Amino acid sequence: MVKNNHQEDANSLRNHVKVSEITSHDRRSNLTPTKRTIATPSKFNSQIALSPSLLESRIASPRKHKLGISSPKKTPAKKRIAPSAAKPSLVDPDFNPLEETQRILRLRISQVNKPPVISGYEKERKQLYDLMKRTATTGESNSLLLIGPRGCGKSMLIQRVVEDLHSDVAVKENVQLVQLTGLLQTDDKLALREITRQLKLENTVGDRVFRSFAETLQFLIEALKKGDQASKPIVFILDEFDLFAQHKNQTLLYNLFDVSQSAQTPICVIGVTCRLDVVELLEKRVKSRFSHRQLYLFNKLTLSQYRDLCRSYLTLCSDFPDQDFADTWNKNIQCLLGEVSVKDILERQFSLTNDVRGLITLLTYPICQVNAAHPRVTAADVVTSFKLISTDTKSAMLHGVSTLELCLIIAMKHLTDIYDGEPFNFEMVYSEYQKFAQRRSGMQVYEKPVVMKAYEHLQTLELIKSHAGGGGAQVQKEYKLMSLLVHPSQILDAIQKYPGCPTEIKQWASQSIC
Amino acid sequence: MAETSEVDEDSSLNSKVLCRQQQIKTLLSLFGQRQAMTTGSLFIYGHTGTGKSLVLQSVLNHNKLPYIFLNSIECSSPRFLFEHILNNLPVQGSYQISQDLNNLLNIENGDDDDDYIQCDNLTDFIRLLVSFISESPLKNQTLYLVLDKAERLRESSASLLPVLLRLQELSGLNVCTIFVSEIVWEKFRSGTGFYEPYCLHFPDYSRQELMEIMCLDAPASCEKDLYSLYINIVLSVFHMVCRDLRELRHIARLNYQYFIEPIEKNEVKPSDTKKLWRNIEPHLKKALTSVYLREVSSRQWELLQQAELADPDSDFSKAIVPSRSYVELPYYSKFLLIAAYIASYNPMKYDRRFFAKFSAKVSKRAKHVKKSERTSNHLLGPKVFPIDRMMAIFYSIVEGKVVPSAYINVQISSLVSLHLLHQIGGEDKIAAPKYKCLVTLDFIRSVARTVHFDVMRYLYDFL
Repeated sequence: MVKNNHQEDANSLRNHVKVSEITSHDRRSNLTPTKRTIATPSKFNSQIALSPSLLESRIASPRKHKLGISSPKKTPAKKRIAPSAAKPSLVDPDFNPLEETQRILRLRISQVNKPPVISGYEKERKQLYDLMKRTATTGESNSLLLIGPRGCGKSMLIQRVVEDLHSDVAVKENVQLVQLTGLLQTDDKLALREITRQLKLENTVGDRVFRSFAETLQFLIEALKKGDQASKPIVFILDEFDLFAQHKNQTLLYNLFDVSQSAQTPICVIGVTCRLDVVELLEKRVKSRFSHRQLYLFNKLTLSQYRDLCRSYLTLCSDFPDQDFADTWNKNIQCLLGEVSVKDILERQFSLTNDVRGLITLLTYPICQVNAAHPRVTAADVVTSFKLISTDTKSAMLHGVSTLELCLIIAMKHLTDIYDGEPFNFEMVYSEYQKFAQRRSGMQVYEKPVVMKAYEHLQTLELIKSHAGGGGAQVQKEYKLMSLLVHPSQILDAIQKYPGCPTEIKQWASQSIC
Repeated sequence: MAETSEVDEDSSLNSKVLCRQQQIKTLLSLFGQRQAMTTGSLFIYGHTGTGKSLVLQSVLNHNKLPYIFLNSIECSSPRFLFEHILNNLPVQGSYQISQDLNNLLNIENGDDDDDYIQCDNLTDFIRLLVSFISESPLKNQTLYLVLDKAERLRESSASLLPVLLRLQELSGLNVCTIFVSEIVWEKFRSGTGFYEPYCLHFPDYSRQELMEIMCLDAPASCEKDLYSLYINIVLSVFHMVCRDLRELRHIARLNYQYFIEPIEKNEVKPSDTKKLWRNIEPHLKKALTSVYLREVSSRQWELLQQAELADPDSDFSKAIVPSRSYVELPYYSKFLLIAAYIASYNPMKYDRRFFAKFSAKVSKRAKHVKKSERTSNHLLGPKVFPIDRMMAIFYSIVEGKVVPSAYINVQISSLVSLHLLHQIGGEDKIAAPKYKCLVTLDFIRSVARTVHFDVMRYLYDFL
């Protein structure tokens, strides 16, 4: 364990580099810390370097609930690093605890964060770790699909397993990692180039790959086939796996699974996806080569865990340089979370979405509000934030349309009511509007072209859209069939809030059929 | 940033951008300090002319934050977007360095003369972005990518929008992508979903706020109160129809001359608001139906105003206002078009009644029964009819004897190419093509008037 410490050091330093000092080699160096990255600590800003260590050491801080998967091995190394990184800021005379807090919290709500506390998925993590370790040590080829909804922690899990692998010296030296994303590598050609680039094969010069697609594929397959059980294992991580299944002929997947099924270079293919039916997307020949080992991740947070998660996102960790400040801050957060309004809002947000991303969205506004003039997170901030994120967007847009456009929307609502959701055209809407404006109100009746302009504005706002069977391009715009995309309750809601809404319009809207 | 200076900056920003204090405050707090992390992606929506781009740009400019602004309409393919971003990285001060870097890369690449970075896929884009930014001083600051008219991004490649939303995570850089759109976020979701941005709504301006903003345009020669009176009149006419600030300002600017003329001529005192109102209001109402719809261009409208002011009784105005629908057609073409219109909008079974010589009158009872389906034809739009039916109607309405020659067929096909008729099927004449008439009632009435034909008598809907 002591022996590992040095390695640990390098690893966590590398992690700092990943956040702060970013290079194109970032991805490649992800698992293979090169000399270059280890040598860089002098380069990075001490302030930024501090943060991840702080985040990670949260794991070590005493917590009431399950203390995540933090391996006991890791903690000493982290503890060792944190003070050394924090030292310069302690020496710094204009160290501002508030600014530091702001920075830490903001880092948590950004996309490059790691959650301050990691818990759950112990079984899955162990399974994944064993699998990758077997590939790395015994030269066994594997394939696995990691399936779970968005924001349930798939990437986080993989990242942690990879880190664990790195902490093992025997494994670390012995494995090569290739990370691909279905979003970025949109076809097999790009994916292959990326693979050769990340493997640093001989047809690459610096960052560039010189060879045609066919050559690269042939070269890669040959290189993989030449290897045997003794050669260095490769772990392929395919993020957004379902997008790889949409490539032509699924060539890449076929070749990867084929290599994993035959006694060639040991590889481990891990697909990450949010589609439950992803296996059905695969071709038969690809499916038969896949091991059908699937790992399902589901969000099983309970309300109390959700509250704890919220607290862990807001509290400062134990190795904050200014301990007094951290204590008062944490006490304040404790009070905040005890308040009835905050509890209520957390419960409501939880019933809307129980994943971490929803929580982050909720916390974004209160965290960003923290500044010198407003040094605390208050319950009012949380309330405002919830109000901001839970506004009905369409009602908000309806609030801004002109009175004429509102009339048209009400006319459309009536038409949809009368004709049971049949699509309508402009002429019908206009005659409905005219009926209203002439008979029942003292309002000015606008000419057809003026009304048409309002109607077209509604169309650009996509509050109405042309009906699928609406008769193609060769129909006059007056007769194009449209359907309304606003729910009647949204209309009524908008009318309640509409500034200076004439009474007759309100009445007209509330009558179901005129 | 010291606290006091921040307050000053805020106030100066607020004086430049009116009625957006809340939004500016929220944006500033979300952006935070230069080197602080920001939420990965931000989605700003609101109506046109609610100051989305203005507020964003002034906040970014004012704090001198590094940003790239681009309009998604210009990025017809993802390639333009990538290259615009990569070639416009705001590396202030260190421009030289990035130049050197580009040169270095180009030399490696083998092409020597061009500094322009080329990139056509997402993989290279992220790679180049990361390598450029990490070499430049930008790496310690948040870089903002502002994408205006973001709804257009939905139409380009499927993975572009998810990548832009996750740019921070994928590149590991301190980047914030800001989307600006008129359309609500729900309409952007597709496929298996993606990283949800933080949504921010810019509410519309209320009437008071519109007044306040529009009064900024007051010409120097005009008193504030008088101008605000004028704006009040403009809003009273246009506010029901239009909330778009740009449109309203344009209208106000165009008609101001007409408003101020009586005062300049000393016919009306500035305090006599009633007279001023009576003078300008009908003029503005006319503007609503002409210049607002762009049937008259702004230039023509100005000329028209001058003419009217010079000589109130002149007919100049009528000369310049074009009739909404008028096309010069040959004599037979007009009749063909009328026949097509009648065939499109009349039910076939009543043709006999309209066009046969000895037809029975419709009984009153039948008239009554049919009432429900009566108005429907002009509401539902044109129906398809075979060419034979149109020709039969044509021969019965046209005066004199017409020889069925090739010219008639040519005229039909030219009507189709003018988009007055729409042909359905039947490229070969033997297969008897079907047609649909694509003109409005107003148009056909004006055409019929030129040939002294009362089309209304033949339309079932208006009997």
